[in-house]
Amino acid sequence: MFLVEQGEEVEAQMKRIEATKGVIGTLVVDPDGVPIRSTLDQSMTLQYAGQLRQLVILARSAVRDIDPQNDLSALRVRSKSNEIIVVTENNYLVIGIQKLPEPDVSMSRETGSPLGIEYPGWLQKEGSDGY
Amino acid sequence: MPVPNNNAAFARKGSNVQKVPGAKSTKAATKKKDEEEAVETGTGWEEWSQGKALVRPPDQMELTEAELKEENTRILTANNPHAPQNIVRYSFKERSYKPINIVDQMAVHFVLEGSLVHQDSEEARKLGVLALERPTHSVPLSVNPAVDGGDVEEAGDEDRPDSAASRINKKEPKVTNQFNFSDRASQTLNNPMRDRICQTEPPPRSSFSATANQWEIYDAYVQELQKQEKNKEKQKGTHSHKDNGKSKKVMPMETQSEDVTKWTMASKILERTISQNTFDDIAQDFKYFEDASDEFREQEGTLLPLWKFQYDKAKTLSVTALCWNNKYQDLFAVGLGSYDFSRQGCGMLLFYSLKNPAFPEYIYPTSSGVMCLDIHVQYFHLVAVGFYNGCVAVYSLKEEGREPVYKSTAKTGKHTDPVWQVHWQSDDMDSNHNFYSVSSDGRVVSWTLVKNELVFTDIIRLTLTGAVSEGPKGAQAPSIASGTSFDFHKQIDYMFLVGTEEGKIHKCSKTYSSQFLETYDAHSMAVDTVKWNYFHPKVFVSCSSDWTVKIWDHTINTPMFVFDLQAAVGDVAWSPYSSTVFAAVTTDGTVHVFDLNVNKYEAICQQLVVDKKKTKLTHVEFNPIHPVIIVGDDRGYVTSFKLSPNLRKKPKAKKGHELPKGPEVEVAKMEKLLSLLREPDQNSG
Repeated sequence: MFLVEQGEEVEAQMKRIEATKGVIGTLVVDPDGVPIRSTLDQSMTLQYAGQLRQLVILARSAVRDIDPQNDLSALRVRSKSNEIIVVTENNYLVIGIQKLPEPDVSMSRETGSPLGIEYPGWLQKEGSDGY
Repeated sequence: MPVPNNNAAFARKGSNVQKVPGAKSTKAATKKKDEEEAVETGTGWEEWSQGKALVRPPDQMELTEAELKEENTRILTANNPHAPQNIVRYSFKERSYKPINIVDQMAVHFVLEGSLVHQDSEEARKLGVLALERPTHSVPLSVNPAVDGGDVEEAGDEDRPDSAASRINKKEPKVTNQFNFSDRASQTLNNPMRDRICQTEPPPRSSFSATANQWEIYDAYVQELQKQEKNKEKQKGTHSHKDNGKSKKVMPMETQSEDVTKWTMASKILERTISQNTFDDIAQDFKYFEDASDEFREQEGTLLPLWKFQYDKAKTLSVTALCWNNKYQDLFAVGLGSYDFSRQGCGMLLFYSLKNPAFPEYIYPTSSGVMCLDIHVQYFHLVAVGFYNGCVAVYSLKEEGREPVYKSTAKTGKHTDPVWQVHWQSDDMDSNHNFYSVSSDGRVVSWTLVKNELVFTDIIRLTLTGAVSEGPKGAQAPSIASGTSFDFHKQIDYMFLVGTEEGKIHKCSKTYSSQFLETYDAHSMAVDTVKWNYFHPKVFVSCSSDWTVKIWDHTINTPMFVFDLQAAVGDVAWSPYSSTVFAAVTTDGTVHVFDLNVNKYEAICQQLVVDKKKTKLTHVEFNPIHPVIIVGDDRGYVTSFKLSPNLRKKPKAKKGHELPKGPEVEVAKMEKLLSLLREPDQNSG
């Protein structure tokens, strides 16, 4: 029973991730290298699966060569436009591709607000009144 | 032919100094003669016609008659015509080339080496075996047909015994080649060679390549170890077979859902990573941003909004309780329910992590609204929850299900009114966990988790006038006060405070169930929260819907400090890092932060954090280690804020003294403040 619940939970989690703003796609690759789940089109899926699998093997080899008792858990590749996040578990690869948010250059120190953070509408920051 | 002889035109006469060669070179002599003597060629044709008697070879040299008559003497000498006659050697003594007169004239024509050895010669002595062994070993002739030494016929008889001897008697020095034999080979007819080829099918081949890394070696060893262990287990017994049978049954069930559950953790980590990227700027602020303008603001501070936590299904509910987890300091619990009497529906218990603000980590829906919760200080998976319907329950985060591990029912002594506060206590003597709850029905109850049940014990009954022991006659109709909040002393275990709906605060002891130790006339309306100070053992704070926050010394009946906040105060909390800092939230959406060390009369930070008209703030909690507070409101949102440096001030060190650290400092700080107040009290009272 618990396994079924867990399965549902994971499904719900994956769907949430996919629906997150900024996420271009997700995919899951099984230990044999076959993509079992993907939100991208077929060609892209195969490309990502193939390339990232090799990269993971290389990274894992590097990590374990230094200390055989260690193992790779996650790999993040940041590029100019995207970030590819690969998380490994039981030789499965869970891959997410996220578009990096636009870097904010504005820095206004006078009002004390930090690096251009966008406040939601309902939040109004008032300094202490009358002091 | 006669023509070429015409060309020879040079005359050399009297060249008989040249030695005439011996027997061999007769032809050479004639040729030389031809060269030496000039040839006057007459008309060759005439001579040819004359020469009927003589048969002349056509290429014979033509000579005149005078020349023909000329007699040439030939001398036969023993000189070697091939020997050089004009050897010249360089003499270093005279520094010139000198001719050598005496030249070796010997010419060797033929050499044949024989194999006879004189018996008296040295060689024969060396082959001395010959002489000794001859007579004795004639018998083993037939034994040894193979003759080493080859085909020498003469010494045949002698050879064989020798060879036999050499083989039998190893004492004699073995002479390997006694015979100086010579090979005489003869070539027989060679048969023509013919190739015969036969080709088989090549064995199947496959190429194999592997790398030998550190980890491959390690893996191989680990596998070996496992194999060995398995062998040992097999040897031990057949018990394993039974277990295998059971496990096999379990397997097929798992394979169906195998796919997804294999990577649960991975997807979780992915979600968190993505949310970290999305909220990257907030995460950076949380960690690193310090409001620089605080330097210019003297005493005031600000709250920097960080993450906002909301859950779709909780939109209609208001936050009724907040609690940080002590061990996993990014995890906090939110209790959701409703303060509105008329709108009572279901509630929820949510756990959020700062690492993933988008979605709660754990969700527990409840049938009745959650009014309060508390996470056990040591056993971080145990959460005590009090409900609007008077029940209390204990959830365990380790369990998979959505149901509480323990729940109280009407039989087991649940409250008859909403439970306003629960608090874990230290384990009792049987090391059972227990917690306390206070409710509007006037009871303070202790619940103990015994095996699978909740056992309750009434600790005290709150009454309006004072705790009254239940008389049999009921002469005094005990009007029950409603407890709305309580807090246990941090150091003195048995002492606790209870705030009531009537505005009174009672100081009670666990051991005295009938009497209060003390009562304070605190507020004009219900006391929403009482909290002991983390550091100073005597100080506590209380807040109420009558717009005030009061700070007390429990030995004194009147409050030390009173703050009027212009709106009903929902909650107040001490900060864990300073004994003089506390925060209060009001229903007008403002968070007030006070630091008594800095400003005794007013808040050093008053910040409107939510939309003024729509939402009311209900609870506030400080994070144990990070400078972050979470604020819950009645819309089901929880917002986190970072405290600016001004709000986190520590006492400055005097020059020359080291900055003192530790709770003693905090206590001393508070004590200073109190003493200032106490003196006028003492003076006046």
